[in-house]
Amino acid sequence: MSGNISVRYELQRSDFSLDVGVDIPMRGITGVFGESGAGKTALLRCIAGLERRASGRLVIAEEIWQDEAISRPVHEREIGYVFQEPRLFAHLNVRQNIEYGQRRGRREDVGFDEAVELLGLRHLLERSVDTLSGGEAQRVAIARALLRSPRVVLMDEPIASLDRARRDEILPFLDRLHAVLSIPVIYVSHSIDEVIRLCDYLLVMERGRIVASGKTQDVLLRTDLPMLGGEEAGAIIHAKALVHDPEDGLTKIAFDGIEMWVPGAYDTGARLRLRIRANDVTISRENPGPSTVLNVLPASIESIDADGESSELVRLAIGSEYILARITRRSRAQLDLRPGEPVLAQIKSVAVKNAPATGR
Amino acid sequence: MVPTLGPLLLSLQLAALTTLVLVVLGTPLAWWLSRTHSRLKPAIQAVVALPIVLPPTVMGFYLLIVLGPYGAIGRWWVEVTGEALTFSFTGLVIASCFYSLPFAVQPLQSAFDALGTQEVEAARTLGASELDAFFTIAVPLSVPGFLTAMVLSFAHTLGEFGVVLMVGGNIPGETRVVSIAIYDHVESLDYASAHQMSIILVVFAFVVLLAMFLANRRLERRSR
Repeated sequence: MSGNISVRYELQRSDFSLDVGVDIPMRGITGVFGESGAGKTALLRCIAGLERRASGRLVIAEEIWQDEAISRPVHEREIGYVFQEPRLFAHLNVRQNIEYGQRRGRREDVGFDEAVELLGLRHLLERSVDTLSGGEAQRVAIARALLRSPRVVLMDEPIASLDRARRDEILPFLDRLHAVLSIPVIYVSHSIDEVIRLCDYLLVMERGRIVASGKTQDVLLRTDLPMLGGEEAGAIIHAKALVHDPEDGLTKIAFDGIEMWVPGAYDTGARLRLRIRANDVTISRENPGPSTVLNVLPASIESIDADGESSELVRLAIGSEYILARITRRSRAQLDLRPGEPVLAQIKSVAVKNAPATGR
Repeated sequence: MVPTLGPLLLSLQLAALTTLVLVVLGTPLAWWLSRTHSRLKPAIQAVVALPIVLPPTVMGFYLLIVLGPYGAIGRWWVEVTGEALTFSFTGLVIASCFYSLPFAVQPLQSAFDALGTQEVEAARTLGASELDAFFTIAVPLSVPGFLTAMVLSFAHTLGEFGVVLMVGGNIPGETRVVSIAIYDHVESLDYASAHQMSIILVVFAFVVLLAMFLANRRLERRSR
């Protein structure tokens, strides 16, 4: 698929206004991140045509769905909407629920068997929907949306209402969708963890406006967005596994000619996604000598931004990649750190995940 | 035994026809009331509920005037069909529809209110037009509401007396429904006939209501 999803919408409510204009890639998963009340759901509802009072313009890969003159009704917009609650039809069984959209579709990009396999629903097909667990119900809702053969899938916090265990049960299915299907997904979430795990692109919303957009790893490095800060502030780096050391349970990986050790066993050549939190990175001027920190990498300071009462976020360039480090203002003064200077970045811990097969 | 059957059958006919008309006309009205944010909504709800409050004779009096040969509807009816609406079976059906309207509209509206917008919205995003989503999602999920609306309209029409007396009178085979016939029998001190008809009505009403509550319980269990 080519082209963009071009979205421009205005919506006025008594206590809230939405005013957005953004182009979303017609591939991969685009996260919409923000606190509750930021307008994430309103944006999805506008795209779906469920907000009648919204005015704007919506173009999906050169096809105009809405502008001043026309507005396609909801059922003529080829979208797959996965709501926060499963919204299954209680009078139909699992199979009939899944087939509801398929029967009304014009195309069949995703086959019944493919969707059922992808979401592991084969053994549930003849079940009544009120016998399903929360996670199962949401998987049925996802399959139902996919079988409508949508041009774009809209997911509104599909796992937010589930408990931790159910969430972990569904996430691998979302990873698989991402790897196997070429349908673009717009994924609303208020969890930075989810966004980091799933999304290739990221929109950040605040009070009905989009305050940042771009590739996930680029947006995450923005030190001027307070909502991305906090405990979870950090960077994502794409790397390749080089060699596994079974004795210590570590794998040597490389990105952009720079090597480091990460925990876990990965096949040589495997594509990895590293997540390095700002809280796990410290900075020193000189080599600290023998240390428990495995990875000490040469870096240069890109920028330093205030981050709360006593701390600052430092953006470090390592090769062509960037990571964030959170340091105290006092340390910055003592070491007299300034942008452009070479330093050493000590990385205390790294979270590693196999990168999706497609998406970049 | 034979003379009791006529009025009973007429009552059943009247109740069945009224129920049918009310489901067909009451459903869109209840749906609109359940979805609208219009400022007219409270006024229309009040009009629909009037028959619950008004004495049947008041309803019957106004219906007699409107449906009569000099009334708005009655005159038009005479022009089109050549027959009068008052003191006819057709006139009784129309009067009963007004009289039993709240008993159809209110349960349906509560069912649609309880349904909310979630499932219907989901169906719309899956490619169903508004009408499609209404018939394939909203109606099946509101079956208990339809059942209640039908039983209540049917039972309420079966039991009407005042309105029938005002609009329909007491014409055997045309407007002499069972409640009128019972009243007649009592007036002429024919208690035996009155007993016969009354006990049939009591048993019938009990069986219908029991069937409804049993069906509703099963439906509720299924959807739990």
